[in-house]
Amino acid sequence: MSKLKNIDAGLYRKRRIINLSILAASILTTLFGLFWLVWLLATLFMHGFKYLDLSVFTQPTPPPGESGGLANAIVGSVLITFMGVALGAPVGVLAGTFLSEYAIRSKIAPVIRFVNDVLLSAPSIILGVFIYEIVVVPSGHFSGWAGALALALIALPIIVRTTEDMLKLVPNTVREAACALGAPRWKVTVSIVYRAARAGIFTGILLAVARISGETAPLLFTALNNQFWSTSLNQPVANLPVVIFQFAMSPYEDWQNLAWAGALLITISVLVLNIVVRTFLQAKR
Amino acid sequence: MNKVEGQTGESLVRSGAKGRIFDVVFANGTKVCAIIVFLIIVAIMVSLIVGAWPALKKFGPSFIWSTEWNPVTEEFGALVAIYGTIVTSIIAMLIGVPVSFGIAIFITELCPTWLKQPIATAIELLAAIPSIIYGMWGLFVFAPFFADHIEPWISDTLGNLPFIGPLFSGPPLGIGVLTAGIILGIMVIPFMASVFRDLFEVVPPVLKESAYGIGATTWEVIKKIVMPYTKIGVVGAIMLGLGRALGETMAVTFVIGNADRLEESLLMPGNTISSSLANQFTEAVGEIYTSSLIALGLILFLLTFMVLAFAKYLLVRLTLKEGVRT
Repeated sequence: MSKLKNIDAGLYRKRRIINLSILAASILTTLFGLFWLVWLLATLFMHGFKYLDLSVFTQPTPPPGESGGLANAIVGSVLITFMGVALGAPVGVLAGTFLSEYAIRSKIAPVIRFVNDVLLSAPSIILGVFIYEIVVVPSGHFSGWAGALALALIALPIIVRTTEDMLKLVPNTVREAACALGAPRWKVTVSIVYRAARAGIFTGILLAVARISGETAPLLFTALNNQFWSTSLNQPVANLPVVIFQFAMSPYEDWQNLAWAGALLITISVLVLNIVVRTFLQAKR
Repeated sequence: MNKVEGQTGESLVRSGAKGRIFDVVFANGTKVCAIIVFLIIVAIMVSLIVGAWPALKKFGPSFIWSTEWNPVTEEFGALVAIYGTIVTSIIAMLIGVPVSFGIAIFITELCPTWLKQPIATAIELLAAIPSIIYGMWGLFVFAPFFADHIEPWISDTLGNLPFIGPLFSGPPLGIGVLTAGIILGIMVIPFMASVFRDLFEVVPPVLKESAYGIGATTWEVIKKIVMPYTKIGVVGAIMLGLGRALGETMAVTFVIGNADRLEESLLMPGNTISSSLANQFTEAVGEIYTSSLIALGLILFLLTFMVLAFAKYLLVRLTLKEGVRT
């Protein structure tokens, strides 16, 4: 009897020790994950803040050895990102509408959903190569439009996915009530369903903006870069990510410093966008 | 009176007809947009194959296993880049999977409720940081630190072991395949951790509570209840993370060193498919050089496509098992 009790006590202790060590390990891994976030942000702020002054926003990118800023790159980035979303959002919202409202028993809907996921997980550099082949090669030069198109391809699947999810959250009774009043289907969708899901659709578009505003790889061979002021989308356009890439990889110290300032700018704007999206979603719930 | 009624009736009919036309237009408009998404993927596939054709015709299937990458003699092979892509992704998974698993366990089982949201948000913010920032940080901060403090230790200890020794010997350069793999690992952690967490949260509380009720410890509940319940989804999530790691470009381009040689040691510089494209595509002269790079892109696209398809297949099986949601 007492022997049995001893075995039980030993087993119990063993189980408790295993349990505690696994749980301790899980706390350690969480700290490990947070550690990188803190390290990354700390160095970014330390290096970036020093060089973030007014001239960054007012001066164009300098040749090595001279003082300057990132003004043309900031303007170019905003322009390309805006155009990318402007191209991707209408198609994305309508495709999401099709999946949620019109394709309930459709055979092609699962195919579209799968293809959308393929596009969502396709490496962004491949999308750059694709746009290079169908836009840059035929037109004979790099251009802001090519960059905007490449970014639109990245934004599109995100918007399709979030639009579908958000429209599906609208209760069916709302649609039925509108239909019962005699409203045609398109009117139900546009004035009732869209209005109910407005915040959600907008959130999806903001998420897409956050995602594409830091994308570098697809811009390398589409928008390229431009040392000078240019707001024409028919020419290569300076943009923050590519400037950061070029300046960071360069051997000149003042270029590297500007790259840090640019990196801080991009990170802050992406994080702010994400936090805005999160508060939006929370308010919705 | 009669006339008025007639008018409204007529205009009602008219607006009804207009509504029907609009209905058709709108429904088909959304359908066209959905089909555009499909056509884009087809177009990407076709344009990659067309672009890669000259190289594939010239080198044949040996393109895949040739280690030659010589722009001067125009001899190209993909093996160095494929090897780099796969090895960096494996290193990333070795780091990323256990850590994300631990984070998900912590958030779902251990964390006090008030701390849950802040930690989950912090981890997800880590996912939102653009990859170029990871690359810059890797090049200027992590690589020098790694070269000064970690790599000498690695080559002194692991480098002397039998069998795996050659993988870990070499000069401490800071940049190289191992550094790229570690940074990729850090990048996939938040992504996989949030999918794991979502999976763990769909386990019905009744199952867990009944296990706790008969005296199981937290770890036993995770091992015997949560893991069997979610295992297909977990594999699917790992595959999604792997797809990310395979295609990641900028972070790797900064720290991998861009060397077109096949090196035994993980501490030496290498190349991945995406970093070759990022570094060489705009500089490539001549049809065969450009075409070989596009062929690399085609291989990468097929690789990520297969990984995603497998992940989707597993996740679909999981939802089938779940039954119909009401």
